[in-house]
Amino acid sequence: MKSIETRYMEERQAAIEGLRGLDRRAFMRVSAAAGAAALTTGAVWPHSFQPLTFEANGASPLEESFRIAYISDSHLYTKEVNDRFVRSILRAVDDVNRMDPQPDFVFYGGDLAQLGQPAELELGAEILKNVKAPVRMMVGEHDWYFDLGRKWRELFGEDRYSFDHKGVHFVVLNSVVEQDFWTARGLTPMERMQTVAGLDNGLQNPFMVGEEQRTWLAKDLERIGDETPVVVFSHSPLYHLYKRWNFWTEDAPQVQKILRRFARCTVIHGHTHQPLTNRIGNIHFHGLLSTAWPWPYAPEGLPELTVQMNRPDPFNPMDGCGMGELEVSADGLIDKVYRLWNRNPVTVSAAYLKSNGQDDRPARTNASSY
Amino acid sequence: MRIDKKTGSLLAVGGLGVAVLLATARPQDGKPVQVQLCDGETSVSLPAEPASRAEAQAVADGLMAAWKAKNPERAWVMEQDGQDAQEALLQKRFQLVGPYDNRAMLGEGQAEGHPYRDFTERDVVLWEREVRRLVLEGAQVFHDANRLGSTIAVSCDMCHPDASNTHPETYPKYQTQIGRTVLLRHMINWCIEHPVRGQPLAEDDPRMIALEAYIYAQRKGKTLQYGRH
Repeated sequence: MKSIETRYMEERQAAIEGLRGLDRRAFMRVSAAAGAAALTTGAVWPHSFQPLTFEANGASPLEESFRIAYISDSHLYTKEVNDRFVRSILRAVDDVNRMDPQPDFVFYGGDLAQLGQPAELELGAEILKNVKAPVRMMVGEHDWYFDLGRKWRELFGEDRYSFDHKGVHFVVLNSVVEQDFWTARGLTPMERMQTVAGLDNGLQNPFMVGEEQRTWLAKDLERIGDETPVVVFSHSPLYHLYKRWNFWTEDAPQVQKILRRFARCTVIHGHTHQPLTNRIGNIHFHGLLSTAWPWPYAPEGLPELTVQMNRPDPFNPMDGCGMGELEVSADGLIDKVYRLWNRNPVTVSAAYLKSNGQDDRPARTNASSY
Repeated sequence: MRIDKKTGSLLAVGGLGVAVLLATARPQDGKPVQVQLCDGETSVSLPAEPASRAEAQAVADGLMAAWKAKNPERAWVMEQDGQDAQEALLQKRFQLVGPYDNRAMLGEGQAEGHPYRDFTERDVVLWEREVRRLVLEGAQVFHDANRLGSTIAVSCDMCHPDASNTHPETYPKYQTQIGRTVLLRHMINWCIEHPVRGQPLAEDDPRMIALEAYIYAQRKGKTLQYGRH
């Protein structure tokens, strides 16, 4: 004997599946027919799914809404060097493991290691094994510039890849490619790593996705329809914010051009260690929190839609850090949840972005950056 | 080439990026001019002051050649070059904000006959060079977990890139968590003890002075707003 809920879910699923593959005209016919059937039989479908419901939602492209958790920017030294950052990522792992229901997967946003040392990456990999949900990885510059990704790829696989999940096309990029500044100066791998590891170190080059990956991305997206929700993960923001700190991807405009045709496109980035919101055309951008430390907001270039978090409390080393979630709605857009430790969670909703900041605005800061 | 009317010295910049300071005796009618290299020994006697930059350069080059002949083992030019290159590299790395430009104080005016205010270009160069040095030193301490004495490999720049979010212009201010009104140096020490997990520095520790210099320098132009939170 099936419960009411189970029957409800089955009916719902059947209705959705029946709708998939219909073009808009066929969809309208089905909707009209269903509406007419409902009228003639006088049937009320309180537990069923009239196609009309879906049309009202704007031809929802997804089977169901779902949730992704994220952890990012843990900057691990080995635990003998620094236990604080280790305890922070463990706290984030506990947080995601306690989520109920569990997220479909946990996304790691890059900068697992601080100085790209094999022992740091191994420690991170070991810690992330404790995550109950599947983990998807992205690389950051701190993971990369000691051995140019050798250890990271050995542990986690390709640094750029794509996958489909419940009707959303996900792409993970390596956006921290820098032009060679080390060979001419004869730097050792550690010197190269330390140069890139300094956010305000002006001896490095701007991040980029690079031509090779852009070609790969364009090809990867060829088969994806304009209405399919697309989520792109990049370590650095895929727009120009503040070059001095590489809150920046040099070839972001070219990447945005590739993404422009998608009606529902969200870019999720790490690196900036702070709530950060932007919209360029249809593309929504959200930053991720770090588990290790918060960055100050850049002195210039902050997107208008960004609502700053209050300046972190210097007397509380965990303040301004945290983890969070991506709530993927059935319409394929994302509500971004920042779970700041010691503070109320902040949600930056798709409605806020869609309305260009008119609706559902997060609470303003009373301690902004200056 | 500049001829400094006050001290009668010449400052010539050599072709190898080397600053050569030449001390001259004040020329007097019909008397030869003694030009001495900054080693205090090598010198040459000229019938008159050089009339052009090229002539002065020739004199400087001649003195340098004499010095090199006497000191074949000492590669001082290389060392000086290396230091300049190193400073240029650090400047590019830290993108230090430059100090106030005091050049407007030079020139004719009330300074004539007012010894305290009769500055020379050399004074201005000295002020700028020395203050830049301290700020540069501070930048290095700020970015170096070992010199800060961190036991967990944490340096200031990890939370404060370019000394952002340090707000030196807001001190003194009352910090509830410390329980008194503090200056920037007290907050620096709080950070060193807690997030950096090291030992607090003495207030006159050269590292503390350098750190303060760097932090203030990076906030050049901000309005003093003591007490601001």
